[in-house]
Amino acid sequence: MKRALLGCTAAIVSMAGAAKAEDLTLCWAAWDPANALVELSKDFETESGHSMSFEFVPWPNFADRMLNELNSGGQLCDLLIGDSQWIGGGAENGHYVKLNDFFEAEAISMDDFADAAVYAYSTWPKGSENYYALPAMGDALGWFYRKDWFEMPEVQEAFQAEHGRPLAEPTTMAELKEIAAFFQNREIDGQTRYGASIFTERGSEGITMGATAALYTHGFKYETEPGSYQMDGAVNSPEAVAGLEFYKELYECCTPPGYTDAYMEQSLDAFKSGQVAMAMNWFAFFPGLYADPDVGGEKIDFFVNPSANVAASTLGGQGISVVSYSDKQDAALEYIKWFAQPDVQQKWWELGGYPVHTAVIEGDGFEASAPFAGDFLMAMNQVQDFWQEPAYAELLLAMQKRLHDYVVADQGTAQEALDKLIEDWTETFEDEGKL
Amino acid sequence: MAETPIDRVARATPPDVARRIRGLSDRAIAWLFVGPSIVLLLAINIFPLIWTVRLSFTNFRANRNREAEWVGLRNYERILTDEDIWLTMQATAHFLFWTIVLQVLIGFALAYLINKNFKGSAFWTTVIVLPMMLSPAVVGNFWTFLYQPQIGLFNYAVAFFTGADPSSFSMIGSVDLAPWSIVIVDTWMWTPFVMLICLAGLRSIPDSIYEAAECDRASKWRQFWTITVPMVLPFLMLAVLFRGIENFKMFDLVVQLTGGGPGSVTELTSINLKREAFEKWRTGYASAYAVILFVTVFGLASIYVKALNKVKDR
Repeated sequence: MKRALLGCTAAIVSMAGAAKAEDLTLCWAAWDPANALVELSKDFETESGHSMSFEFVPWPNFADRMLNELNSGGQLCDLLIGDSQWIGGGAENGHYVKLNDFFEAEAISMDDFADAAVYAYSTWPKGSENYYALPAMGDALGWFYRKDWFEMPEVQEAFQAEHGRPLAEPTTMAELKEIAAFFQNREIDGQTRYGASIFTERGSEGITMGATAALYTHGFKYETEPGSYQMDGAVNSPEAVAGLEFYKELYECCTPPGYTDAYMEQSLDAFKSGQVAMAMNWFAFFPGLYADPDVGGEKIDFFVNPSANVAASTLGGQGISVVSYSDKQDAALEYIKWFAQPDVQQKWWELGGYPVHTAVIEGDGFEASAPFAGDFLMAMNQVQDFWQEPAYAELLLAMQKRLHDYVVADQGTAQEALDKLIEDWTETFEDEGKL
Repeated sequence: MAETPIDRVARATPPDVARRIRGLSDRAIAWLFVGPSIVLLLAINIFPLIWTVRLSFTNFRANRNREAEWVGLRNYERILTDEDIWLTMQATAHFLFWTIVLQVLIGFALAYLINKNFKGSAFWTTVIVLPMMLSPAVVGNFWTFLYQPQIGLFNYAVAFFTGADPSSFSMIGSVDLAPWSIVIVDTWMWTPFVMLICLAGLRSIPDSIYEAAECDRASKWRQFWTITVPMVLPFLMLAVLFRGIENFKMFDLVVQLTGGGPGSVTELTSINLKREAFEKWRTGYASAYAVILFVTVFGLASIYVKALNKVKDR
């Protein structure tokens, strides 16, 4: 009898689901975590009766493609995992559905997610409690290195002789550069190796994301007081200048030849092909790297962005939003509700995503669950993000230009580059009516 | 009475349409045929141009839900006083000058050789023309690999002749070499086009002129300067016009090769304009930028076409 009752209930639920079954399209970048999300979403399809389609765009075209879609009021995406910088534009231009009422009705609490992630991925204006996304994919910039090379006795001996200390994971920016310089042009296994692959890409956001890893740890800030838009003394502070000079030195001393326009893919290629001893990249790639049969497993290890004056990491990652132009918003909200559940978040982590739900990341054994899990937690506690203003693209491209001109094209000084950056940003904020 | 073309058209069409056509004047028939084209032209070319001019006086942003404000000449003032934009113009001028000089010299030389009709000239013509048939994006990608410091054949070829270390220089990564790297690729790709135009010019010169010069005992050198060059000059000038306009708006090849870098040394005006319009979304500002470029190209091309007509009429 009980079984029959359960069967009837399931049938009714299933019929109810079928009656309003939708085909939802989720848009994101085409990378490893997206494949994990496809796998994860099969559970949602089974539970809800909705079907899921995915629109994944390669990173170099992701912003262009998706922002054009939003700006034109397109209905391609019902759900969008948009970059953290888009949140201001998404909110102010009406692209994203405000989620406060939904969160309240469904008892989804932002207290269940890491504070830094909620601040970075969900809120606009910053510091307010207006939510336009659920934190979906925590991410930050981190480092990885050839552990097997570091452990070679002859390499250890040479480093000890040169620097008077054992070769180990760097904990400061100075150590990082020292190790990178040590490996530069060093013969290992009969091949010439180089120090580090860092981000130098000019077209989208690469060099900014890479250089800010050095700038933040030296003390770079966007404003003298948060929300003031007063940049003089923060953006071009002596610490910021030192940070930028450091990044240029690292680029000049320790990267492979011709490494002038490199971002995520190029960094991975340089590492996987055995060119470099160390590389910077987003934590999102670390599960794939660890699983790599050639350079993963025992051959690789990971470390958090080393500090200079302060501990800091460049923020990556994204929140998931419901697109306001979608005519399947109810079903899309169902997905968000489903995704916010702790057991789904746990499975997300197991499949290769990076949840920021406290039930997962503060749970027992999280740090030991992967060789990079502890570093991920540490990084997420010290993240800093780029401007999330609606005019972020203009602000970002200005920084890309100024940094590339100085670091790669060797034009002017760090001080001049940052002073010019303030001029560019001031013009933008004046146009925006914020200055 | 002789049957007119209108009658023939009317006879070939259904009776009611024919009746209507018979009632139309020649002018009306002409408008009937030309009208749709004019409407299309106005909708696709003229209206956007006028709209662009209008937007250039506003702070409109295509990605924002807010009203555009009239800002007068502010966009123009900003562009014309922006040091970075002048550097971009300088990079474009450098690219234009050297590609045109090299393509005209090499293209004319190749055409001159091919015109000799030696054995296998048809085969070599086809081989030379091949690069022009490729997509600029493919060419850009292809040359990016050739220019790689560690695996690129170009670097190895240079190293072979100079004895330098192939890893010691990066064509697309060096501030000094990057502008030349795109000049080399564009020249490789488009010299055949100039060659074909010159070949057409050379083949249009009647043999009788050379025969008359031979009778007058003019040397080959004198024949070249007094017959060949002046008669091919209008063709050469046409080639320069085509290549000049094409290279002024060059985009895909450079984006694929250098992305405008390193720094901004190969950021041509077309790339810069695209960043302003579709990456920064400063639509009003980009419109003013486009208007300035349009006026520049239109003005220069008009002066050039006048000069070309004078040369042709000589």
